[in-house]
Amino acid sequence: MATDTLEEKHTDHSTDNGSWEGGEYPFKVGYGKLMIWYFLLSDAFSFAGFLIAYGTLRFSTPTWPVPDFVFSLFPFLEGHHPLLFVTFMTFVLLFSSFTMIRAVQEGHRENRRGIVLWMFLTILGGLGFLGCQAWEWTTLIGREHMSVTTNPFGAHIDDGIYLGPDGKESAETFKAHSSYLIHRMDLEATHAEGEHGAGEHGAAEHSGEGEHAKGGHAEGGEHGGHAYSAPGDYPDAVVDERGYVHRKYLVASGDNAGKIMTENFGPKAFGALFFFITGFHGFHVFSGVLFLLTILVNVMGGVYIARHNRNEMVEKIGLYWHFVDLVWVFVFLVFYLL
Amino acid sequence: MGHDYKGAKKIALKTIIILAVVTVVEVMIALTGKGYIIEGYHAPKIVMNTLMIAMSMYKAYLIVFEFMHMKYEARGLMMSVVLPVGLLIWAIIAFLYEGNAWKNNRKVVHDRDKLELTVTPPKTE
Repeated sequence: MATDTLEEKHTDHSTDNGSWEGGEYPFKVGYGKLMIWYFLLSDAFSFAGFLIAYGTLRFSTPTWPVPDFVFSLFPFLEGHHPLLFVTFMTFVLLFSSFTMIRAVQEGHRENRRGIVLWMFLTILGGLGFLGCQAWEWTTLIGREHMSVTTNPFGAHIDDGIYLGPDGKESAETFKAHSSYLIHRMDLEATHAEGEHGAGEHGAAEHSGEGEHAKGGHAEGGEHGGHAYSAPGDYPDAVVDERGYVHRKYLVASGDNAGKIMTENFGPKAFGALFFFITGFHGFHVFSGVLFLLTILVNVMGGVYIARHNRNEMVEKIGLYWHFVDLVWVFVFLVFYLL
Repeated sequence: MGHDYKGAKKIALKTIIILAVVTVVEVMIALTGKGYIIEGYHAPKIVMNTLMIAMSMYKAYLIVFEFMHMKYEARGLMMSVVLPVGLLIWAIIAFLYEGNAWKNNRKVVHDRDKLELTVTPPKTE
């Protein structure tokens, strides 16, 4: 419904019986815009439910992986850059929100070229964000071996000292609440190399493992390039059937002081929650990009100009797109900052 | 429409700059809290978390009221969307309290499970 006709109707509501005749717009917006607001409200509750579930499970476990340890890799950069990549992602989405509002403003002016330009930039931003997320997921799954059911990121409850290859205490110590990543070695590859059985291969494997430790988190994960050939109990670690290396350590504080323990997997829920919630948000971004594309094509075809409602459809997709950004503010807060 | 458009453009630019700055400050706060910015200094968690939550709420306010134009909509529409969100306040308090209770009862539940295993089942004749 066109807003300019609404205002006309609205002026004569002083004549009392008018309200019963219909044609009143107490919220002064068209049906579509009102309904997208209520859709977004319901969607906000879905996301709130998921994030509250995250909070509940986090509160219910004694330890939780520290986000600035988990999310600390950056493409093409070596080493540890806590939160740098997610901040970059946030900026990509934030600026696509800005280009979207510019598109809406051009829509109010009925400036078709302006709408097309700014909507196109918004789509690029959305695709950029999805690309970033794809990289983040690939790194977590492929390099750090996190899955929906296995979470190699853990945090120590007590202070402790790692055991060296000789089974004695090494120089490497850690404090309570510090994070660790349980590395996984490629058992099959090691096996194939073992068949060739030469010292040279051992050296190659050695450096490969070292590289992994460097790439996939230095802190707490550096393992002096030690390689294990098969699952089993080693003096300094236990290697499980799937190739995850659980390092051994001597507990130095707390109730268990003096005991030798192995690093366990972190809370299982972490991986499932991460993939589900960021996946659900990513799906919103993805469908948002599809909607934007559809509306962009319609704008170019002059569909909305013919409606004479100041491109309300651009405004509606704008509301959806800002909402996606709004949700990210809270996903960012809950997953990465707190 | 001309003046309106210029004003709106200005507001949008101002809002995005504030959002970007607040985001950077938030990340700085998060890293200071974890001891990255000042070597070895871990800022108190409660202070840092409160600050970050407050800043995120401010960001949410800017996105909804400026970018999504809620500030300029009818009051009734604004109320009908914003007030229901208030229900979440209790949801957050209740569920986090519940989560914490699970954690505190972990040992009790663990001990009780062990207890049941060691009890010999009563003989039935």
